[in-house]
Amino acid sequence: MKANYVIIGAGISGCSIAYNLAIKGVKDIVVLEKAYLTSGSTGRCGAGIRQQWGTKMNCLLAKGSIEFFEKAKETLKYDGDIEFKQEGYLLVSTDEEEDHQFKKNVKLQNSLGIPARKINKKEAKQIVPHLNTDVITGAAFCPTDGHLNPFRMTDAYFKAAKRLGVKFYFNEEVTDIIIVNNKIEKVITANMEINSNNVVNAAGGYAKEIGDMAGVNIPVYAENHEILVTEPIEEVQRPMVMSFTKNIYCQQVPHGSFIMGRSNPEVEHNHSNESTWKFLDEMAKTVCEILPLVGNLRVIRQWGGSYTMSPDRQPIISDTNELEGFYLACGFSGHGFMFAPMTGLLLSEIILKEKSTIDISDLHLSRFKNKKDFIYEKSVV
Amino acid sequence: MSEKDVIICRCEDVTLQDLHDMMDQGYTSFEELKRLLRIGMGPCQSNTCGQLVQREISKYLKVKLEDVKTQKVRPLATGVKLNSICEGANNES
Repeated sequence: MKANYVIIGAGISGCSIAYNLAIKGVKDIVVLEKAYLTSGSTGRCGAGIRQQWGTKMNCLLAKGSIEFFEKAKETLKYDGDIEFKQEGYLLVSTDEEEDHQFKKNVKLQNSLGIPARKINKKEAKQIVPHLNTDVITGAAFCPTDGHLNPFRMTDAYFKAAKRLGVKFYFNEEVTDIIIVNNKIEKVITANMEINSNNVVNAAGGYAKEIGDMAGVNIPVYAENHEILVTEPIEEVQRPMVMSFTKNIYCQQVPHGSFIMGRSNPEVEHNHSNESTWKFLDEMAKTVCEILPLVGNLRVIRQWGGSYTMSPDRQPIISDTNELEGFYLACGFSGHGFMFAPMTGLLLSEIILKEKSTIDISDLHLSRFKNKKDFIYEKSVV
Repeated sequence: MSEKDVIICRCEDVTLQDLHDMMDQGYTSFEELKRLLRIGMGPCQSNTCGQLVQREISKYLKVKLEDVKTQKVRPLATGVKLNSICEGANNES
């Protein structure tokens, strides 16, 4: 079998890249997925969409993506409901230093056209009446942030790409990439051999392993982040509530259930997606303190998924100096779902040597060479 | 009885018709159907619908029931209030 481009991974990134290439007229695109659609990090994510970031790059990626999501159903001609809800993100601060940081972030966000605002405790209480304002000092709010259904959104990209002729193969794990004279020759799976000179690595938690097959070192690692979901109730909380210092994000989704997560600072770097009682304990304590009303709800289910961490917590969207025809969309550090429309657009521009919509030279793999100190994105849970 | 009137997942109110429509689109594993229809995501955690869906998949794909891959079972075994978990955790420490 022959292909012009082989994309590895049918999560939201791989599907968005496939769609963006196909809509520009590229033929013979094959997507290989080791399990099923959204089986990796996309289908395990917290389903939040936000533009309130501390770095200019993340702000621009998020803003461009939200603009796409707002018209995604029509653009992709999707027959289902993508459950996009723009009721905002309420970020709460717990000390003066964080309050000050939020002020700086809002200023940056406003300068880029993101409608966030710094608000006080009283205003925060008006937006989320059951918020415990005794434990916070202030807040920032952006009304156009929100929620989006990861399964449906990926399905929308998947179906649109399929209509444009992209071929998807599920339960086809890539086992090797054959390089001859520093050029990609073929991609091998358990059942197939695909002759192709171009490979896109959108393998999420397994991006490093795919890089190793191609002989390109990608300095990312996977770590488990856990989530739980409650029984559904009538709408009582409109925005996502998030605190970086308390280590929590919690949102009521359109279905009525609450989804919440927090990170474990001692988590090991591996592919584990297991659920732990320790997460359940810590999550319950945190949410009962900040949103006491939510404590009355029953937990229905918990699960885990991989964040793929890059050294500066920003994505890698680039070609590679080491190997011609090898492209990367990985290292999203927990935010690949919400950036996916821009990921697909920007990588298609790199592949087709078009002018870039925004300057993303800072997202090139080569930034990690001989560099140890990075400016971190601090606004992460 | 019409397929529209047969409830296959009572937690999330999914009918047999919904299930068959989705299978006609090519989604024929429990994990895919779960993600698009929410079957098995409700309070019973597929204790009720699990076997019913397995049987429908088996019929649709014309494979033996025992060859249909079962869904991933996740904790908790039953719904527990966050307040109760919180109290329990505080009593331990």
